[in-house]
Amino acid sequence: MVEILGKTNQSQTALSGGLLAICLILLSVIASGIGQYPIDYADIIHALLHYFGIEEEPPDQTIRLVLSEVRLPRLLASVLVGAVLAAAGCVFQGMFRNPLVSPDILGVSTGAGLGAAAGILLSLSIISIQLMAFLGGLITVGAVYLVASSIRQHEPTLILVLAGIVIGSLAGACLSLVKILADPYDQLPAITFWLLGSFAAVDKIDLLGALPLCILALIPMVLLRWRINVLSLGDEEARALGVNPDKIRLFLIFAATLMTAAGVAIAGVIGWVGLVVPHIARLLVGPNFNRLLPIAMLIGANFLLVVDTIARTLTQTETPIGILTAFVGAPVFVWLLFHARRSWM
Amino acid sequence: MRRFIQCAFLMMAATATASAVEVTDSAGRTVTVPDTITRIYAAGPPASIITYMLAPDKLTGWPRAHHAYERPFINEAYRDLPVTGRLTGRGSTANLEVVIGLNPDLILDFGSIRQTYVSLAEKTQEQTGIPYLLIDGRFENTPTALRQLGKILGVETRGEELAEYAENLFSEIDQHIATVKENDKPRVYLARGPEGLETGVAGSINTEIIEKAGGRNVADYGPEIARQRNLVSMSIEEVLDLDPDIIVTWDRQFYDQVYQNPLWQPVRAVKNRAVYFAPAAPFGWIDKPPSINRLIGLKWMSGLLYPDHFSFDLEEEVRRFYRLFYQVEISDADLQQLIAWSRY
Repeated sequence: MVEILGKTNQSQTALSGGLLAICLILLSVIASGIGQYPIDYADIIHALLHYFGIEEEPPDQTIRLVLSEVRLPRLLASVLVGAVLAAAGCVFQGMFRNPLVSPDILGVSTGAGLGAAAGILLSLSIISIQLMAFLGGLITVGAVYLVASSIRQHEPTLILVLAGIVIGSLAGACLSLVKILADPYDQLPAITFWLLGSFAAVDKIDLLGALPLCILALIPMVLLRWRINVLSLGDEEARALGVNPDKIRLFLIFAATLMTAAGVAIAGVIGWVGLVVPHIARLLVGPNFNRLLPIAMLIGANFLLVVDTIARTLTQTETPIGILTAFVGAPVFVWLLFHARRSWM
Repeated sequence: MRRFIQCAFLMMAATATASAVEVTDSAGRTVTVPDTITRIYAAGPPASIITYMLAPDKLTGWPRAHHAYERPFINEAYRDLPVTGRLTGRGSTANLEVVIGLNPDLILDFGSIRQTYVSLAEKTQEQTGIPYLLIDGRFENTPTALRQLGKILGVETRGEELAEYAENLFSEIDQHIATVKENDKPRVYLARGPEGLETGVAGSINTEIIEKAGGRNVADYGPEIARQRNLVSMSIEEVLDLDPDIIVTWDRQFYDQVYQNPLWQPVRAVKNRAVYFAPAAPFGWIDKPPSINRLIGLKWMSGLLYPDHFSFDLEEEVRRFYRLFYQVEISDADLQQLIAWSRY
């Protein structure tokens, strides 16, 4: 029976994965032709052919600029951030055995927000602000882990969550303090928008900075994918099966935090993706992390690609993406609560 | 990558052939701008205001839509320019593709030249290929900025005319203040927020107009605090203790109830009926944004603080300023509405 279930699930995963991948490619192609600056698909093909040296005649200068400096980096960044937020969400939900957990549970977003706000307050350059955000996220989660691991308790995950709440709200208070100190004309709006998230300012350098970190963080997730399943049975069972839960948790927390912090550093705080997407993925392929991870990443990438395309085209000016993900994510989540019959584990 | 560098070279060659000049902006960046500039993208509200004052026909759009009460004070031809958002990095409301699509010759930012904004200028210039100028927007720098931009935009006479107005106003007030002893300067409180319990500390950009007009900001906690903080919350007890001679505000809710609110009655300014409302159309008179729009507020405030020395017909001055800077003839009804509350 188990064998049969496993097989259907496997083919189902392959099917869902294939469809989602095709969907992602199609949506990317469509989205690359949508934007405030009108560009035909023919022009895009022309520009690509020229880029790869097939077409001699160079494309229109402005079209080349819009595509290579603005639209494509942004498009790829939304795909990347969508995928990593979903991956981090899967890891945390599995690890904490709790469906209400999102990548922010250990305070990475709040910490990154605090780092960025401090950078804005100190009038640092944009790159330094992003670096501050990245480090702020890592440091906050590091502090949470230290506090939690120094408390020897029976329920280490519970202590982790509680430490996350405590340190997170402390970081939140510091963030409020920074806001009060900030210049209300140019710094405060910048901080506010930063916390709402946006891909508006993403360029190639951002993308090239975040990509290796995300890939690096993905490696332990892929290598430990079977042990995450064991971990979700509970610490006792995991130990009985010869898995050291504390060690695995440390690796996973570091990996998920690294990728989330990298994503937040280039795009600001974007909620809901890491919470809702793993649920949708679980609905499709079940809780086995081995299948869940790729499917969730593909869904996250599709989702954020679509939402960011809406964010940049809805009006002439930008709509912060954090607002849109909430508007889309909240109803989807409620729908899931009504319809999800399959147990989440 | 090689292709990219080639393209970059081609682009540089293209800009060099269309007759261009090199200008150095306030951040010390050397930027190559076209010889004749016909379209300017204003990166934020202060930049849109200075561009509108100098060369409104070159402005590609406003950072935000105007409120109904602001509209009569903006020249009809430019009231309905498209809304193009503001560029502030991650917090941009501007879409970069829209900026490129507007095809401006120049992106102008007028205001802070802190590192964040310098790096933003560099980044945006690289991404869009449009020259990005950063001009120091401090109040004292107003005449210099007007002349400098007038020259770059090819409207030197207009820049000179506006710069002279600012210079004359500054020197007229400075000369008088020099004769006033520090302790004789009126003590001013800037009330912000519907409760009036928010203020800018002395030395902050929000209240620099008070010192410029020859007043003393009562919320003075020394230069150390001014470097760290801009806006602070006060308690009514602190205000009672500070006991300002004059209160200025632009918050209607606060102004409407201050003379009835029993808590405020013991304050000297309230007792003497010296609470003044600063008009805020089309742009604020004392703040909002802290840019050149404050010149008329400075004139007004000098009259509030030193009525014996600066006597002028406010209506006449407002008409003159709005005609000169905003290129708009305001109707009698609009004028009355604008200055009804600012009277003294």
